[in-house]
Amino acid sequence: MQALIQNIINGLAQGSVYALVALGYTMVYGVLQFINFAHSDIFMLGAFAGLYLSGWLVLGGVTSPVILLTLSMFGSMVFCTLVGLTVERIAYRPLRTAPRLNVLITAIGVSLFIENFGQVIFGADPRVFPALIPTKSILSGEDLVLSNVQVTVITVSALLMIVLHWIVHHTKIGTAMRAVSFDIEIASLMGIPTDRVIAFTFVIGSSLAGCASILYGVSYPKIEPLLGVMIGLKAFVAAVFGGIGNIMGAAVGGVVLGLAEAFVVFYVSSTFRDALAFTILILILLLKPAGLFGSVRREKV
Amino acid sequence: MRNYLKIFRLTLLSIALFVAYSSCTKKESGQSQTSQATELLFGEFGSMTGSESTFGVATHKGIMMAVEEVNKAGGIKGRQIRVITYDDQGKADEAVTAVTKLITQDKVSLLLGEVASSRSIAAGAVAQQYKIPMVSPSSTNPKVTQIGDYIFRVCFIDPFQGAVMAKFAMNNLKLQKAAILRDIRSDYSVGLANFFASEYKKMGGEIVADLAYSSGDMDFKSQLTAIKGKKPDLLFIPGYYTEVGLIARQARELGVKGALLGGDGWDSEKLTEIGGDAILGGYFSNHYSHEDQNPVVQNFVVQYKAKYGEIPNGLAAMGYDAAIVAIDAAKRAADLSPQGLRDALALTKNFQGVTGIITINEERNAVKPAVVLKVAGNQQYQYVTTINP
Repeated sequence: MQALIQNIINGLAQGSVYALVALGYTMVYGVLQFINFAHSDIFMLGAFAGLYLSGWLVLGGVTSPVILLTLSMFGSMVFCTLVGLTVERIAYRPLRTAPRLNVLITAIGVSLFIENFGQVIFGADPRVFPALIPTKSILSGEDLVLSNVQVTVITVSALLMIVLHWIVHHTKIGTAMRAVSFDIEIASLMGIPTDRVIAFTFVIGSSLAGCASILYGVSYPKIEPLLGVMIGLKAFVAAVFGGIGNIMGAAVGGVVLGLAEAFVVFYVSSTFRDALAFTILILILLLKPAGLFGSVRREKV
Repeated sequence: MRNYLKIFRLTLLSIALFVAYSSCTKKESGQSQTSQATELLFGEFGSMTGSESTFGVATHKGIMMAVEEVNKAGGIKGRQIRVITYDDQGKADEAVTAVTKLITQDKVSLLLGEVASSRSIAAGAVAQQYKIPMVSPSSTNPKVTQIGDYIFRVCFIDPFQGAVMAKFAMNNLKLQKAAILRDIRSDYSVGLANFFASEYKKMGGEIVADLAYSSGDMDFKSQLTAIKGKKPDLLFIPGYYTEVGLIARQARELGVKGALLGGDGWDSEKLTEIGGDAILGGYFSNHYSHEDQNPVVQNFVVQYKAKYGEIPNGLAAMGYDAAIVAIDAAKRAADLSPQGLRDALALTKNFQGVTGIITINEERNAVKPAVVLKVAGNQQYQYVTTINP
């Protein structure tokens, strides 16, 4: 029983990082109907931004874990936002009217560019992410351990998702986003500045990635330029599982995937961990292509 | 405008031609000095550049030091040893090219190399084909010497370390219950884990859990949760330092108690960086320690420091040993032909090297002791003990 609860805690912590990254995929898909493959590499850049920023902060004499975490997170969010906006402006906006396949291939190109650029700038060697919050067990029973890092990861993720939900459903820009995702042409005819709304979507997606990257670095203090590849694939599967384009779906998909992985490794074998994600992907595409919460969009011919 | 472009292109072309030509001539001048009568030619191939250049450079320094010593003492049977070194850039195909060139053009009598098993395996096939003896300083994969009767090594093979750590856990630490966490994707790790398990059980120990992960994984909490339930006295993690650091951290976070043990895959300054306080006090097996108080080792460390101004790492010591084992064989050989050198190498017995007393067995592997190191703070590894085979 205790092992079960322990696995739920572990899975939740891992799953919330997947969920935050998955949200970025799903939001861009929602408005533009294409998969922003560069998203996971923006996540990687965010982790490195956090690494350098927290290094400077520590040199500057900041010692309080809470301030250190908040500032690094904020800095990484700003940095990711800038990168996300630049990518959107340079690589995606000029292709707004081009066929979707062209944008998709461009996204793969941007992703490869950032990965290799990262290897040149940061080196291929793994780097150690600083311990922004010193690990302590909050609850440490005989068979059950809950660390402050896990609690932080889960709470911060939950808070961010609530804020996101509020933005999308209760603000003007959120309404505009939903309108653009519904039909971009009609939305622009109604006077919605679609380019600005799309840019805002990238801002939100990228800053979520930035935040996730810090949470990730704090829980697994080893980062490298190819860090985003596996996380990106998992988050993508989570987004598809929940129904790509659906915000609620991405959040649920991420958490479910994290939990499923924890259970598979514990009860079956660790070798099935990566296989699991892709089995889920294949099954969902075969059985319910729109995903758990997705609705089928009819293509007008 | 067009003319300018033409001139520009011509200049570029001539520069390219010049560079190509000069690089060709350099290689030719290297060969023309070949004079077999007064010299004994050794060929070395290693990763002098590329991402693993630290391995190749350290090995090269060790080899050159050994060769200089013997040349100063008058060489072998009146002949001076000359080492021809080629860079394989850390690539297996380049290693094959380098070895082919060393054998067919430079006509070396013996080959020294490589550090990485993958490159030793690729190059060893060529050496075996031309029947030129090859001595690998530090390729530990069992397959290297299985290529054929001309391929030797002066290091122990991977699985031996598993047996060493089992002995150490049982005899020195006196721990009875072990858990294993192995990297299922790495032959190295699986080999160590298997040999650890069989030796440990033979000595009366109990393996309470034997679980796996895949290199590249970040999260090991599920496996560690399972291990924690079994309450082992020690956790054997025969993986590489990146994962080991993370595993140690997560193990301590989850409250897994017991000693942490591993193999030479731990040997990196990154281990303590990633593992932090969690990895401190862990033990791992290695080829050599510069803290070993054996006078042979201390003498080597002093000489090396005087020559290069740095403390020799394990690879430098292995490079040195590969060269002196080859030199010793040359001294004993009936004649200095590749065949004669091979036969003498195979008869190497109780030879005192820096990394221990080396005997070449019938599988052409070195039978020799391993050292056990303890992970201390400040990226330091303390010498604990030497375990004999």
